[in-house]
Order: sequence, then structure tokens, then C-alpha cells
Amino acid sequence: MAAFDFYPDYEVVRNLDRCIVCRVCERQCANGVHSCLEEKNVMLADDSQCVDCQRCVLLCPTRALKIVKSDNTYKQNDNWGKKAINELIIQASTGSVLLSSMGNPETYPIYFDKLVINASQVTNPSIDPLREPMETRVYLGAKPAAVERDDRGRIKNNLPPQLKLSMPMMFSAMSYGSISYNAHESLARAAAELGIYYNTGEGGLHEDFYRYGANTIVQVASGRFGVHKDYLNAGSAIEIKMGQGAKPGIGGHLPGRKIVADVSRTRMTPEGADAISPAPHHDIYSIEDLSQLVYSLKEATEYKKPVIVKIAAVHNVAAIASGIARSGADIISIDGFRGGTGAAPTRIRDNVGIPIELALASVDSRLRNEGIRDRVSVVVSGGIRSSADVVKAIALGADCVYLGTAALLALGCHLCRACQAGKCNWGIATQELELVKRLNPDIGYKRLINLMRAWKHEIEEMMGGMGINSIESLKGNRLMLRGVGLNEKELEVLGVKHAGQ
Amino acid sequence: MSGGITVISAEGMNFKELNDNIRAAGGDIRLTECFGQRYIAAGLGGRRIIIEGTPGNALAAYMDGAEIIVNGNVQDAVGDTMNDGRVIVHGGAGDALGYGMRGGRIFIKGQAGYRAGIHMKEYKEKTPLIIIGTKAGSFLGEYMAGGALIVLGIGLNGIQPVGNFTGTGMHGGVIYIRSDEKPRGMPAQVTAEEAGCEDIKAIERQVREYADIFNFDINELLSGRFFVLRPNARNPYHTLYTPNLR
Repeated sequence: MAAFDFYPDYEVVRNLDRCIVCRVCERQCANGVHSCLEEKNVMLADDSQCVDCQRCVLLCPTRALKIVKSDNTYKQNDNWGKKAINELIIQASTGSVLLSSMGNPETYPIYFDKLVINASQVTNPSIDPLREPMETRVYLGAKPAAVERDDRGRIKNNLPPQLKLSMPMMFSAMSYGSISYNAHESLARAAAELGIYYNTGEGGLHEDFYRYGANTIVQVASGRFGVHKDYLNAGSAIEIKMGQGAKPGIGGHLPGRKIVADVSRTRMTPEGADAISPAPHHDIYSIEDLSQLVYSLKEATEYKKPVIVKIAAVHNVAAIASGIARSGADIISIDGFRGGTGAAPTRIRDNVGIPIELALASVDSRLRNEGIRDRVSVVVSGGIRSSADVVKAIALGADCVYLGTAALLALGCHLCRACQAGKCNWGIATQELELVKRLNPDIGYKRLINLMRAWKHEIEEMMGGMGINSIESLKGNRLMLRGVGLNEKELEVLGVKHAGQ
Repeated sequence: MSGGITVISAEGMNFKELNDNIRAAGGDIRLTECFGQRYIAAGLGGRRIIIEGTPGNALAAYMDGAEIIVNGNVQDAVGDTMNDGRVIVHGGAGDALGYGMRGGRIFIKGQAGYRAGIHMKEYKEKTPLIIIGTKAGSFLGEYMAGGALIVLGIGLNGIQPVGNFTGTGMHGGVIYIRSDEKPRGMPAQVTAEEAGCEDIKAIERQVREYADIFNFDINELLSGRFFVLRPNARNPYHTLYTPNLR
């Protein structure tokens, strides 16, 4: 056999005229790409270890480094591309299941990019958000079907518990274990200052973060890690995780090497032992069973907290959502197939699930047609990249969006998609203390606040342009959208007209 | 009140009304005419509830230190994610008993349904225990990550007291099965060996507690052959995956 399985996909290019052999790159790379040949005072690079995380590139003081896609190529073949060949070679070498990270990177249609937003011209005036009030506040939770009055005609408070958000965006579930302490601290502090929520994911809640409980959503998944009564009561809402967009239909698996002391304490599982979340909840085989988990959580928290049910966007998502809306859940969260993950089998990530835009439109239509849309709020995630995507999602029918990948990018992630290795050079997807330190939560939380404030203002600008001054008036307002380059079936599912119509 | 215990009749109450009453009453409670009301003692700590009748699903879910005594059978999902406390059932249990349980003890006099002890786990001083008197259904201890499950096969004369696929996906904890036969169809990552003196000694205290509660003879319960099931790896899947950076 050959000396190597294949030529590296990315190459480290070093401009020797600029390199001062300061060895910053060597110290910064947890993958051991860079080394110094001291007798010749020159830096070397092992391209095969490079994940293209951009850490060395951006920390090199003389800008001597860049990473380029290798131009080494197999013989041109439009069927057997480089990716297909290399993945097959890895499997022939190891006999193992391919494991990837972050969201589906394949070339499926991105419907957000084929939807355009309306604006007022002449007949109804646009609104300038800098000078006029613009309401972006959102309440998530079940809304009562009717106003009820007592014997004396006074309105009864029959409103179930609600989450109050200053803007229609939250940070999605990312567990402590899959991401670092400093990443969690950044998310928690930013959510608290912004008046929104972050989500613990299925890893329990670190004792230091109980004080952010008013801005925390705690998650309960099939492994029940870190779930106990204080945890359930610590947050403002409880999310039951049934599925995840990056890996619909399969469970989770945090390898033992990531269960270090602090993560072990938070998850309440032994150090070094794998934490396995089964694919299904083994007590849930039906909507009735789901309802049982919803109500057992409500009973345990005395009906003070809304319960969210999170599912992956799959083929029958509308029917499933209809069932969830009838299960007693207050909020449905739908995660599209672009949603991120700390680790998922490549084949699942890249081939299972559907785009969030189609799932959302179809769920919203179904719930409206059945007259139960007000029974639940709908939160979507998996592919929100900008404030324009947020506006489009809300116009398609969402109450709010969850941001995962976008939040990580604000914290320094460069989407190298090597989270599963646990050696994140940006201190996010790692539990190695030396690496975790690289993410300063004092800076991280401010960057998250910057991002959310910028997006909020952009949302206001777009709303103002449409002549809309309240996010409620945008919700499900599909007349504000038109499709570009979509076929009739796609337009039908999305419930929008084609541009020009 | 009678003898420091509040008596509540559950007759005609739906679960919410009943559980609101239990929360409002405080202290120890005797619940009569219980007929399928769900979620009793969810998240409850520091109290004692004696139940006459049949409580519904998810009894003692997330329970955190209370004691429940049921004079009757229990249904599904008893002790889901239970953290601490004790559940005593003078009858049989339904499916998914002790799902994800992390602490406390569940003692079932009769039999348990499918998937008892699924994904039980332990952490430091928290080691959950389930003892089932007669027999358990298939998938006993599936995904088990910690704690102990004991099936005593009382009255079965050494016949296998568990169903198929015991310990599938097990990666922690221990299962004791009192039987003359080794369990069938064990997965590759679980070992089943006949218990030695040390193994029996390790569960003597727990079985004594069980025997005292239900008036069994401890010596009889510990006689006969036991098989001990343990995982042979804490990281059963470490060779299953290979990183793919694409």
C-alpha cells in the first residue's frame, strides 16, 4: 500500500519573507501542524494535520500564513468526486462509521436565498426605526383560545406561562461537554443582558450558571443527563429534546475523554465513561406518551414553566407538529437539516432530514388549517445565517429562531468542522483547559451582544421598509415574501407567490 | 388528619386536582381510592405517601427523597429520572420502571414489564437500586450506565426470570439475576458470570432491606444461583467511529 491514504485537502502556505520564526503558530495549533527546524531557523508544516480552523493565520503577527485548498486532484470525474473517494478510503482503512461536526455542508437548495422581502413604495409609508417605535418583543407559549370572565365580569388570568424576549432570537441547545465552560458563560451572560434565552442542551447546568436561570432554558433528553428537580426549576422553560436537525432519528454520544471532572459533575455521570443518549426516549412511542412526559415535567415544576418539544425537520413534520400541539406542549422547536452538532455520523448529517424553510411553512400551514396555531409557539433553527433569514423565517410563520452556529461564529468558530476531535483551537468545542482559556467570556459575551443588537436593528430596518412596526404583524405574513427561481411545488409548500406576481 | 397523616380520597379527581391537593396538604399522606391518576409525587422530597389502589403512569418521576408505599400495582414509567427516595410496591409494575434513575431505591414485590431500569446511571454516592421480586420483561437494563438491578425469580424454581435482550447497550452498573439458567441472547459488550461469595455479599444489605419490607426470608432469597451481568467496557463504541473532517 501507499505511504499515505491521500494527499491533504488543505495546504499551509508560509511566506518566508514575512515569517520571523516567532513560533506563535506552533504554540497555537493543538493539532501539531507547525514545528520549528531549529538548526535552520525555519518553520515547517504538516498539512495532513491541518483542519483549516484559521487560528494560526489570524494570530500570525506578520500575516505570513494562509491556508489554501490543495490543487492536487484526482482525474476529473463528475460522479466519483474527491470527497466520495476520500471518505471511502478512510472507511477502507478503519472499518468505522464516519463522524462529522457542524451542519450539513452539502449543495442542497437554500430556500432562504430564493426568497425576497417586500418593501413599501408610495401607497403605504415605510417606517424609520431610528425615529419611530418598533416592537420586536415576543412572548413564547400557548395562548388561550378565548377571554374568560369571572362572575363579576372581570377578566380571568388564564394565560399559561410565557417566555418574554426582547427580540425574536435565542441561543440554541449546546451542551456543556460539547462546548466549553467559557462558551457557556458567554452565552448565558449575553442572554441575560439581551433579555433573551440560551439553552443548556443535554448536559446539565453548571452550578456557576444557576444565577442566569431567568434567561435559561433547560433541556431534558433521552439520556436525562444532569436532570434533577433543582435543574428543572432552575430555568425559565424546559425543552424536551426528541430530535436534532443534524442527526434526526439517532441519539447522542459524548465520548468518555470529554467527560472531565467539571463536565462529569454537571452531567452527573462518571468521569471518563461514555455518556450515551439513546436514539428514542424509550418511554415515548406515541403523542400520548409524549404528553405524559410533558405533564410529568409540568407537575414537577408546578405548571410555572412552558414546556418546549424540540424535533428534527423530517418528512412528516407537519403531522408530528400537529400532534405535539395537542400534547400539552407550549412551544414547538423545529431544527432543520442544516443545524449544527458537536458530532454526528456523516451519512446522517448529510442525507437525513429536510430544509427548515419547507418544514416551517408546512407546519405553520397545518396548524393554521387545524385551528390550533395559537396553542403553541413555533421556534425554528438550522440554517439561520443573518437577520434577513430571521425576517424570512418569521414571515413564513415562526415566532422566534434559535441560533447555534451563528452564535459560535460570533465566539470565534471558523467552521472547520472538527469539533468531534475535542481540540478546538478557538476554545469552544473542547474541554482542554489550555484551549478553553483562549475564549475569554468577557469578550465573548460582548461579541454575542454586538451580533444580536446589529441583527435586531437590521430586522427593524426590514420591518420598517415593509411598513410594519411590530414583529407580530410580520409573523406568518407570507405576502411579504416572494420566491425567485422556485418551481410551482416549492412555492406551494412555502405558501408564497413568485416574484412578479 | 389521622395519626399525623392527612388522608386524601382520590376518588373522582383528575391528576392535576389530586396533585394540587397533595402539594397543598404538605406532610405525610394516605391516599385512598387511587385509580390511575398520573404523576403522583413528581419531584417530591422529604415526605411519605401511602397509596391504596393503583397510581397511574409516571409515579415518582424526578422524585427527590420522598417515600412512596403502594398497596397495589403500579403502571408505566415509575421513578422516571428519580434522584433519591424509596418506592415500595406491594404488587407488580408496568413498563419502563426507573427510566434514567440516578438515585434511591425501588422495590417491587411482584413482576416488572419491559425495559425496567433502562439507562439507570450512577454518580459518586448516588447509586440507584431496583429489586424486582418475580420476573422482568425484555430489554431489562438496556443502555444501563450505573447502579444495580436485581431480579429475584421468587417462586420460579430457578427458571429464567428475564425476557430477551437483557443489558443491550449496557455500559455501566450491574445486574443480578437469580436463576439456574444463564440469560439468553446477551450482547457482545456484556459479560454474564455466576455469582461468587463476594458478589452475593455485595448485595446482602440491599436484599435484606427488601426481605424485611415484604416479609421474605433473606436466606431463602440469597440461596440458589445468581448470574451477574457487567459491561466489559465503559467506552463500548470507541472504535465505532472515525473522524471525517469534511
